[in-house]
Amino acid sequence: MFSLQNVTHAYNGATVLNAASWQAAQGAHWLMLGPSGSGKTTMLHVLAGILRPTAGQVTVADQDLGALSPSALDRFRGRHIGIVLQRLHLIDSLTVLDNLLLAQYMAGEPQNPARAREVLASLDLAGKANARPHELSHGQAQRVAVARAVVNKPRLLLADEPTSNLDDVRCVQVLDLLLDQAKGCGATLVIATHDQRIKSRVANHYELTAVNEPRAVA
Amino acid sequence: MNLATISLAYLKARSLNTLLNILLLALGVATIVLLLLATTQLDQRMRRDAQGIDLVVGAKGSPMQVILSSIYHLDVPTGNIPYKQALEISKHRAVKKAIPLALGDSYKGARIVGTTPAYLEHYDAKFAQGKRWEKTLEAVIGAEVAQRTGLKLGDKFNGSHGLGDKGDAHEEHPYVVVGVLERAGTVLDRIVMASVESVWAMHASHLEIKDISDIANAMKEEDKEYTALLLQYASPIAAAILPRYINNNSSMQAASPAYETARLFSIIGVGVDVLRGFALVLVFSAGLSVFIALYNALNERRYDLAIMRTLGARPGTLMLLLLFEGLLLALIGGVLGVALGHGLAELLGHALRMAQQVSVTGWIWVKEEWYVLALAAGVGVIAALIPAWRAYRTDIAGTLARG
Repeated sequence: MFSLQNVTHAYNGATVLNAASWQAAQGAHWLMLGPSGSGKTTMLHVLAGILRPTAGQVTVADQDLGALSPSALDRFRGRHIGIVLQRLHLIDSLTVLDNLLLAQYMAGEPQNPARAREVLASLDLAGKANARPHELSHGQAQRVAVARAVVNKPRLLLADEPTSNLDDVRCVQVLDLLLDQAKGCGATLVIATHDQRIKSRVANHYELTAVNEPRAVA
Repeated sequence: MNLATISLAYLKARSLNTLLNILLLALGVATIVLLLLATTQLDQRMRRDAQGIDLVVGAKGSPMQVILSSIYHLDVPTGNIPYKQALEISKHRAVKKAIPLALGDSYKGARIVGTTPAYLEHYDAKFAQGKRWEKTLEAVIGAEVAQRTGLKLGDKFNGSHGLGDKGDAHEEHPYVVVGVLERAGTVLDRIVMASVESVWAMHASHLEIKDISDIANAMKEEDKEYTALLLQYASPIAAAILPRYINNNSSMQAASPAYETARLFSIIGVGVDVLRGFALVLVFSAGLSVFIALYNALNERRYDLAIMRTLGARPGTLMLLLLFEGLLLALIGGVLGVALGHGLAELLGHALRMAQQVSVTGWIWVKEEWYVLALAAGVGVIAALIPAWRAYRTDIAGTLARG
């Protein structure tokens, strides 16, 4: 689960995020909707503990993120929060398997190649463990990014515009895969999107509109 | 996976650049190590060869030439000294030990030194084969001479006039090898030794002496000559008396090995300093190159660094990663440079052996080499400091929002 209370964020003196309170049960699947410029990415960074909001309280898996020291927050993020970015940012100097092991290493978890291979296999990537990211198709690379996000069995899985630029068939595949993986590790899932095609597939919607008049729709 | 393997993966990903930096650093380090090995050994050998010799008496001329020709056998002598005067000096009460040398001939570039058994004793010479000379024209050869010329016990050879290969051969009086010395790392390794009478015998025909077996008695006193006299003082006071006595009361001159070798080293030192400066410039330009490479790579890697942060890395971890990369580059370059330096020293040693000069080997370790490695490592870490600091300050949200 996670909750947001009275979260606002200002950047260079201008308010860029003014979010309505948000309560999500553990394991629930949510869409975060809003037109571009409504602060979806900022909101995602706040949820991920990458960005400390100017004001308000963020709680993830019973942990108040604001109460953590910087290094404890880094550790918490590595262990309990998985992120799939819109531009996948796989590390090209490392192999696919090493990209997953990196997630374990940086989170301070014991390195477990068996777990990493198991996740790769569940995403139909078993044969690509020793490939370099630039040798993969976009679809494969996206699955590796998902694998890297879930390898530590996070409590919260975040995805930024995972279906933009995909055709309808692919769009459904990627959505299924995210729902599947989130369910597989019991993670709360938040997909930030402006893709109208997936609205009907996920029951819970949180809508960001204009910065000054936030509004929640259950 | 750990920081080292990640660093290595990044270094491999830019292999051309990595290679360039390693090479640059290795060349600098190799030059420093080569200088270190060569000067240390040169110094060591020159010290050992001059050990226990307080003064050299030779013909008037350059005192450095006297030292180079009579202790190290690297130069031609300044001339000869009269036997009678040399004998007088030998018996002076301030002299504890006097070893006469008669030079002038050589065999295939190896100098033939006419002397007394005291010369062998002075250097603690040990025989690998045979024994020392007893009769005229019996010769003992150094280990390097034996190896280079192939002379064996019982072999005969003709000395040739002068020190080069091309002098006229003294074919009427061949030497016979009666002893081969063990290698000792001293000047004895590269010379041929015989009695003073043997050297005199080479020139017997000019004096119209037919029978050379008792040449010392057959020669007139004023025809007898030495080239130099190696002296050891009886007491420290001798240093104050003897040189002045010799320089003022004879046609000879006294040269101090300690003073002349110090002078020689100060002359060589200028060249060594220039080379060392050049090597340091190489090492520091390698550092600069590592800095530029890491700094530029930061631009390409800012997303990688931000991703590592989102995966849980602390800022300090990223800083360590960059420092590690600098250190790894420097250590690879440093170790390669040390190996290269030793290889070059060995190569130089081969060339010098061919030229019958003081020999140098690459098969020794000088403790200063640790400092050179530390210097290389330091340069690598310092070059990585600013990139590491920038990695530490990575703004994750800002970087990811832009990408």
